[in-house]
Amino acid sequence: MDLKSLTIDAARSAVQERKTTALALAEAHYARIQQEDGQIGAFLTLSKERALEQADRIDRMAAEGKTLPPLGGVPVGIKDVMSTRGVRTTAGSRILEKYIPPFDCTAVARMEAAGAVVLGKMNCDEFAMGSSNENSAYHPVRNPRDLSRVPGGSSGGSAAAVAADMAVVTLGSDTGGSIRQPASFCGVVGLMPTYGRVSRYGLIAFASSLDHIGPLAKTVKDAAIVLRTIAGRDPMDSTSADVPLPDFVAELGKPVHGMKLGVAKEYFGEGLDDEVRQAVESAIDKLKKLGCEIVQVSLPHTPYAIPTYYLIATAEASANLARYDGVRYSRRARGVKTLSEMYRRSRDEGFGAEVKRRIMLGTYALSAGYYDAYYLKAQKVRTLLTRDFDEAFRKVDAIVTPTSPTAAFRLGEKSNDPLAMYLADIYTVTADLAGIPGISVPCGETKDKLPIGLQILGKHFDEATILRVANAYEQAA
Amino acid sequence: MKVTDKDVAYVAELANLELSNEERTGMLRDLNSILDYIDRLNELDTSDVPPMAQVSDRYGVDEAKQGSDRFSYASREDILEGLRKSLPHEEALANAPDADDEFFKVPKVIER
Repeated sequence: MDLKSLTIDAARSAVQERKTTALALAEAHYARIQQEDGQIGAFLTLSKERALEQADRIDRMAAEGKTLPPLGGVPVGIKDVMSTRGVRTTAGSRILEKYIPPFDCTAVARMEAAGAVVLGKMNCDEFAMGSSNENSAYHPVRNPRDLSRVPGGSSGGSAAAVAADMAVVTLGSDTGGSIRQPASFCGVVGLMPTYGRVSRYGLIAFASSLDHIGPLAKTVKDAAIVLRTIAGRDPMDSTSADVPLPDFVAELGKPVHGMKLGVAKEYFGEGLDDEVRQAVESAIDKLKKLGCEIVQVSLPHTPYAIPTYYLIATAEASANLARYDGVRYSRRARGVKTLSEMYRRSRDEGFGAEVKRRIMLGTYALSAGYYDAYYLKAQKVRTLLTRDFDEAFRKVDAIVTPTSPTAAFRLGEKSNDPLAMYLADIYTVTADLAGIPGISVPCGETKDKLPIGLQILGKHFDEATILRVANAYEQAA
Repeated sequence: MKVTDKDVAYVAELANLELSNEERTGMLRDLNSILDYIDRLNELDTSDVPPMAQVSDRYGVDEAKQGSDRFSYASREDILEGLRKSLPHEEALANAPDADDEFFKVPKVIER
């Protein structure tokens, strides 16, 4: 079976037309995982029983001649920060190494209701904190294009699995770039929807005002199909928005001719690798040839995005991670005598270095005497960053940028310098802070054959436009 | 240096972390380097800028309303059984490191 070209529609119609079965598709992917994942490390847990049960259900539907749902029989992977009932969910952390959730994340439930077959849980940076997947408490993920390099993070397993054909699509989460940056590093499509578009219920919280669930896929169309599946108001998440849901797939085919695309000089400055710049500039040229009008815009506060992000995200994380106390579901240290010793030692043993660093930074930024100088200041700059986009989107329909300043770096290259690692997110964090949607679509390779990503940012709840631009580019490329 | 050894000890206590001596030294170095970088935010005059706590504040809200009333669209009446039934005891306790049939068990809270 050729897994490389297997898209959602190809998989679903092959099962529908009885050319193959959902069971055979799942087994072909498990065989591929068996063969490849020893060296890549994209999966943390396989959910075979659950997958085969679902495949059987889909096969019976097909045998009875029923029309399959949009993801009928499609093998998928779920980042291990999304709760799966009865299937171990670790968030890449030791502190949850034995956690078996008693409920499903809404996005996962919607994927399965649409017929998806969940193969397993994808490796990631611990609590989604990282840009290289080296912060997983279990093992790093290696980039399928070059095993000496990182796949990006934090959804590194989700990106690598799609790139290595170990799943047709995966779900990832994006708090500062964690879907788009690994998509860019691994040469796949990654979509971060608008904040509020997809329910966060059952997503293990990192930074609640910044966390987004979204797809990683082989094609823009697949990303649109998944978005259509998981989007929409959920009474279990009060921040999920009650706004109209366009048919993202139908919108894809609309022409991009006459569309106005913004280019901001702040995204092409110091630190941008030359090969990445050239690839992105030629992608922009291509969009121009497709009839888009390129307009210069300014996003003047961009240089302040990383410091703003690392204050807000860590402050929220320090509060969210307080729940891991060794009482209800997290690992408890042995031989502790008092309650407070139990808290401290369980957390000390259970959390990795980066998670502790962020909890410390966030706690510091929220502590008495520093709140105004750090946390409140960052919230105010967040307003300025958001206004930059408001202003730009008065003139343009979407903004095109590089996804990451470089292609995939080597394992170990930045792991001893937290600040250098944070700067890998320089082009992605601002969209998370503003809550606008963004997509990364492959736009060529470096001379070392490493993928490069083009990022397209859109207005709130206007995923349709960025999907359209990404699709037009993908089709023309 | 903004952060001192004393600060690291204090913040670790607030965060319920113990941290080894080695970790404390690393933390001191990393926090100072990150906070130095963060200092660039002070280049911006934000005296007239309102803080932004969340994105949801930017859509779906009635601008005329104040405080939590702005988010009334997101609330609902309490439902006795919840949106889904409460977890059975057994399931709710299944992941606990220590529990009996009814309660989570923890080490003694009051010392005498």
